[in-house]
Amino acid sequence: MRASVETKRQVWAILAVALVVLGVSLGMQSAYYQLVLTQVLLWAVLSLAWNILSGYSGYFSFGHAVFWGLGAYTVALGVIYLDLPPWLGIPLGGVIGGIAGAVIGYPTFRLRGHYFALAMLAYPLATLYVFQWLGYQEISLPMKRQAPVLYMQFADPRAYVVLALGLLVIALAISLRVENSRFGMALLAIKQNEPAAEAAGIDTWRWKMRAIMLSGALAGMAGGLYAVVLLVVTPESVFGMLVSAQPLILALFGGVGSLWGPVIGAAVLVPLAEGLNGELGDVLPGIQGVVYGVAIIAIILCAPEGVYWRLRDRFTKPRPAGIASAEPAPSMPLSATAPAARLEESGELLVLRDIRISFGGLRALDGIDLIVREGSLHGIIGPNGAGKTTLFNVVNGFLTPDKGRISFGGASLAGLRPNQVCRRGIGRTFQVVRAFPRMSVLENVIVGAFVGARDHVTAERMARTALDRVGLADRAAAIAGGLTTRELRLMELARALAPLPRLLLLDETLAGLGHEDLAGILGVIRQVREEGVTVLIIEHTMQAMVQLVGEFSVLDHGRLIAGGRPEDVVRDRRVIEAYLGRRWMDRVAETAA
Amino acid sequence: MELPPFLAEFLQALAAGVTVGGAYALMCIGLGIIFGSMRVINFAQGDFLMLGMYVAFYLTTGYGILSFLGPYGGPIVAAFLAGPVVFAAGWLVHRFIVSRVTGAGVAASEGAGAYGQIIVTLGLSLILQNGGLILFGSTPTAIRTPLSRSSWEIGPILLNQARVVSFLVAVALVVAVYLFLARTRAGKSLRAAADNSTAAIYMGIDVDRAHRIAWSLGVGITAVAGGLLAGSQSFQPYVGFDFVIVMYAGVVLGGLGSILGAFWGGLLIGVVQQMSTLVLPYQLQNTAIFVVFLLIIFLRPQGLFGQITERT
Repeated sequence: MRASVETKRQVWAILAVALVVLGVSLGMQSAYYQLVLTQVLLWAVLSLAWNILSGYSGYFSFGHAVFWGLGAYTVALGVIYLDLPPWLGIPLGGVIGGIAGAVIGYPTFRLRGHYFALAMLAYPLATLYVFQWLGYQEISLPMKRQAPVLYMQFADPRAYVVLALGLLVIALAISLRVENSRFGMALLAIKQNEPAAEAAGIDTWRWKMRAIMLSGALAGMAGGLYAVVLLVVTPESVFGMLVSAQPLILALFGGVGSLWGPVIGAAVLVPLAEGLNGELGDVLPGIQGVVYGVAIIAIILCAPEGVYWRLRDRFTKPRPAGIASAEPAPSMPLSATAPAARLEESGELLVLRDIRISFGGLRALDGIDLIVREGSLHGIIGPNGAGKTTLFNVVNGFLTPDKGRISFGGASLAGLRPNQVCRRGIGRTFQVVRAFPRMSVLENVIVGAFVGARDHVTAERMARTALDRVGLADRAAAIAGGLTTRELRLMELARALAPLPRLLLLDETLAGLGHEDLAGILGVIRQVREEGVTVLIIEHTMQAMVQLVGEFSVLDHGRLIAGGRPEDVVRDRRVIEAYLGRRWMDRVAETAA
Repeated sequence: MELPPFLAEFLQALAAGVTVGGAYALMCIGLGIIFGSMRVINFAQGDFLMLGMYVAFYLTTGYGILSFLGPYGGPIVAAFLAGPVVFAAGWLVHRFIVSRVTGAGVAASEGAGAYGQIIVTLGLSLILQNGGLILFGSTPTAIRTPLSRSSWEIGPILLNQARVVSFLVAVALVVAVYLFLARTRAGKSLRAAADNSTAAIYMGIDVDRAHRIAWSLGVGITAVAGGLLAGSQSFQPYVGFDFVIVMYAGVVLGGLGSILGAFWGGLLIGVVQQMSTLVLPYQLQNTAIFVVFLLIIFLRPQGLFGQITERT
């Protein structure tokens, strides 16, 4: 199991931190310090919740206050109107936070980048005004003297520290679990390159929805406990801009996308802000905001990746990751994993009928009919802008054709999203290699292998097999960002091969390679095909393709203008014209005459 | 002529929306210039607007420096002067802070670089708000002029004079900014840097400098809008928040990167805000803006004037 040693260490670290917090809390006399400590813990939970969505998946949320506030109001209104004990109210706040996550995520995940972030900004602020309008300007939790424990009304403030600590441990455990599962890997893949993740068979939509629901639920529970601790809830204090900014600032300060970053951020900044407010708040109102602002700007200018990553880089040598030190892959005989070699071409595997798609006025694909036979090595060539990549995007589901049918192995691909197409057995590579640059080569390939694997162990085994097949096994531990073009192409090939697809779409895999690298990759592609995988490859250079493929289709201006065996196609008038232009043809004709 | 009450209310809200929308349009253009050219989400934009309000306030009611210009000219000149003052402040902020996390290399990516930008502008926002609290105090203030208390009557409609004047001034300034961007060399290099910062570098345009101009100009223009609004509404150091959403909604409505779009977007947001009072309770005025904002983002994320350019 990958990184199990690492996981155990993290579990011990969580327990150690919990014990330290308990010790500190027991040792402190002042109720005020206990309150500050409780707030540190609660903000750390919110920050971890934010981190699960935004840190891992890269979808920045400026609106986590909406979950926090809904949790807080659930608990407060529950106590006031339903006599609902917070012991039930807080989990209910979590449920409502999770539902809010689904309701918000469903429309909002159609957006990316800045648009997603801006849309998230609007939810809590809109909710704020609604709660003002509903008349919940300032609600206080009533004292329940007859059953204080049931209503979490403890005389000893340390009880709140314990409760908040419990929530923090839950949040840390969930984060750790997410980090070390395919969930976390899917989110990281989405963050680094969403289209590639989708094409590698990751159901990006489902993972994003899970992330926002989990994140909303955690934030809702933390907000609920916050209401119990502070006893007063106002729309500004729970839905306000500062609440949304807080987890962002804490996580960015501590280190985004790490387990401990949000905790470090909360542990440093929350006491700092509270302390300044307590010491100087009367003399200089707002001084804590100024210092807070200066502090976070300073940290960004000096350690932009956050405290955690900076410290880790400083104190740990670049030790070979667990992956590298693992025993060499149990290299399986290829025949056990790959379908039996079927050299002779048989039935029709991929059939395109009258595919049309236009962008505005441009007819990118204008009635494509194409048959790719099972077991063949089929090439599509065409000049730049002929529509080659568009054709692939239509086949693997990035684009929906305006018209036409696509069937694969006899079943229609209509309406399938890329990850579903991938699951049907179509792997693809990209013209510009879409790697996950901060993952290792092995991890990159594991992401692809997850489609065909039940668990991490199987996925890793399949990934190693795929790396063996392309001859990249010795680079498994390298970080993808530092690979050469040849290695990147091979890695992408391995990622597409890992789930054992029936059809492989290769988009200009040969482009930009030197002579020797080219020969190597051609060998790998032939090998793959001999192992029984049908290959459809796009190129715009003729030369390498003639050596490689058994059948050619020539694409020009969105139409297939010729097809057949390579030696016939290169003599075709229309092909020469498309490549060299009509004038050239005329001159050839003149010379011949 | 007697209008039915509903129609009269409708026209009144429309007029109020358009007049307040002029200043909104101006501040949206300020944000639009920054977002369009730098692709930075500037959370501090509303706080620069607040600075503009206070600059105008201290030049008139506060210290009375401009009182010799009379109760009519003073506030307008003060609003204009808020521009260069905040422009200078913005220049320094960009030179020493913002430029370290933005620039040609960072602008192109939405990945790692964006974190730094967001947190830096959040930090600036905190400093400006709370610094404002220390310097200016938390009591709401306003520039009281005879204009803000009187109105013109056109049929059944009352037009607040301060708002009408600010509308006219805002529109004049919008035209000036538009001409600057379209005609001058600095404006053109700014647009080039916005369009494709890498290509602009190859064309010999100093992108960092273009960004600095865009940033300073953007906050300066927004500050003028703030100065104009200061004559017709009260404010305190936290007022910037109220306008952040107005600005982003306007800019997104018009289409990111389009100056003309930002103008119409801001104007429309003003109208939506005022018209919503016809059907919604007063407290939900801003909720209406959010709803419009979300609707635009979902239905037409490229805005009214923008274009989508995305490739798989």
